[in-house]
Amino acid sequence: MPKLSDEEIKELYRLMVQTRVFDEKAWKLQRQGRIGTYAPIKGQEASDIGTSFVLSKNDWIFPTYRNMGAYITRGMPLEKLLQYWSGDERGQKIPENLNIFTLAIPVGTQPLHAVGLAWAAKKQKKDVVVLTYMGEAATSTGDFHEAMNFAGVFNLPVIFVVENNQYAISVPRSKQTKSETIAQKAIAYGFNGIQVDGNDIFAVIKATKDAIEKSKQNNGPSLVECVTYRLGHHTTADDYNIYRTEEEVQLWSQKDPIERLRRFMENKKLWTKEFGDKTFKEAEENMEKAIVAMESLSKPKPDEFFDYVFANQTNSIKMQREYLLKYLDEKEKEIRFP
Amino acid sequence: MSQMNMVQSINQALAQEMERDQNVLVLGEDVGVDGGVFRVTEGLLQKFGEERVIDTPLSESGIVGTSIGMAVYGLKPVVEIQFSGFIYSAFEQLISHASRIRNRSRGRFTCPLVVRTPCSWVSRGLEHHEESTEALFIHTPGLKVVMPSNPYDAKGLLISSIRDPDPVIFFEPLRLYRAFKQEVPDEIYTIPIGEANVVKEGTDITLISYGAMMSSVLEADEILKGNNINSEVINLRTLSPLDKDTILKSVKKTGKCVVVHEAPLTCGLGAEISAIINEKALLNLEAPVIRITGFDTVVPLAKLENNYIPDVRRIVTETKNLMKF
Repeated sequence: MPKLSDEEIKELYRLMVQTRVFDEKAWKLQRQGRIGTYAPIKGQEASDIGTSFVLSKNDWIFPTYRNMGAYITRGMPLEKLLQYWSGDERGQKIPENLNIFTLAIPVGTQPLHAVGLAWAAKKQKKDVVVLTYMGEAATSTGDFHEAMNFAGVFNLPVIFVVENNQYAISVPRSKQTKSETIAQKAIAYGFNGIQVDGNDIFAVIKATKDAIEKSKQNNGPSLVECVTYRLGHHTTADDYNIYRTEEEVQLWSQKDPIERLRRFMENKKLWTKEFGDKTFKEAEENMEKAIVAMESLSKPKPDEFFDYVFANQTNSIKMQREYLLKYLDEKEKEIRFP
Repeated sequence: MSQMNMVQSINQALAQEMERDQNVLVLGEDVGVDGGVFRVTEGLLQKFGEERVIDTPLSESGIVGTSIGMAVYGLKPVVEIQFSGFIYSAFEQLISHASRIRNRSRGRFTCPLVVRTPCSWVSRGLEHHEESTEALFIHTPGLKVVMPSNPYDAKGLLISSIRDPDPVIFFEPLRLYRAFKQEVPDEIYTIPIGEANVVKEGTDITLISYGAMMSSVLEADEILKGNNINSEVINLRTLSPLDKDTILKSVKKTGKCVVVHEAPLTCGLGAEISAIINEKALLNLEAPVIRITGFDTVVPLAKLENNYIPDVRRIVTETKNLMKF
């Protein structure tokens, strides 16, 4: 059991509840056509939140599209997350004071960026640990191998967090690798891998803390495999009934990480029904506020997507953007005065 | 001023930029102890140490991917990919990440990275050691693509690339590495990215090229001069962003244009140049824009190599034919 104050344990519960509320509401928003495709995290909250919770402010995380818990734990405003999922890319402009990298969608490609940032930080003698998230399927990619190898060779302060949620869309864990565990893969690269119950937030925290401690003492990278389960569909465009049984999902639902923490807290007299209700109510209020904030944002200007191709606009980009604006203007007039 | 070949001028550019800016570092396969398989990074390890001149594992995606992370954190990695024919395993990192990080993060993160890589046909080369795949990168939004054609340009363009706030693919035509020497200033200078160089003014026809083909084009121009054809010769220097103004200004004057590159024909840079001229200078044209290029085949090995690359005779013949249009 890692050393945590009662307040910290309550905060973990609060973060998990907030993430769950965000997740379930985001799903509904997509169904209502108010945001676009969304990838739910339900079931993986302990892995996501436990790993991010123990980092310092100057440490970095490299999330994927399913790490809303990590984002929320690191302080990303909920409305910015919703803004991104609504198709407004300004939502992924991470606030300057947060060391969160912009999420990457291609699976397994981002650990290399995390390794590079850790490498740069080490060269600059900064006290920084970098934590990169991925699912178990990412470990089948070539870039995962290259990232692990670089991290090992150059002994970098990186933690590879593999949220082994049992499925890559439909393909089960057994078809990703013959390795008995994901954790054991680290051995081949010359560093430690540990497999933990990813639905036990304290186990996750202990493993991550140990890895951070090791990195801070210049002992290099670690891999933490969190064995967990995606209770939801892959995305709002997926139907898990095609590739797994409801019984299996029900079995894992009984290991729901939030319920497990709640029971622990209840035994320790840290949880009462009143506290639980209040936590949910506050989380829902935060979410409602975020939705209002997201939906009252002005639309990006029509040529906003030309702004960030290069630091300085090239002539060609300038001309294409002027063309678009002129075209949109004409189109607008035609609609108004047919 | 010193007489330098392209290997020496690039080496000097790297050394001077590393001297000037502590954040510049060089990494790649064999770039340290070995000084690079073409000796481009020779002496840098001794001068700047192994924190800044890094021999990496044989891992193209790893080299580029970790460099992206370093660039995001304020360093200025200058990556060497040993041959452009080996760049494909890093392609995803370049196409899906390096080129997009500024956009994806709406400017919070940027990726000022340089990837140097030898390219172009070379006599008696092996497969994958003589590729001209610049179009793949030109087609990608968010990447700049530069290709020098002589030692002077190489130094000035590389220094500009290193100082550029965005990712630059810097192609080094490897048959130029030691092909000739040229007067190169010993001091630091830059050549702007995005600006073509009118090598020679003329009135009859515009010859456009870049990289190693420039030497053949200049040789062809001498022969054409003997045939009373006064060509204007443009060296593009930067392939993306393309200097359309210089191209159009010239074609509006001459009314005829030949684009020469050794990369394959289909969707090569010549196609883009031809399209731009059609769109913006059609009424100035006195003949169709033609392309003299490599073929849509794999570059043949030694026994047939001379059949692939556009030679001086082909450039002269095709240009003379076009003049008769």
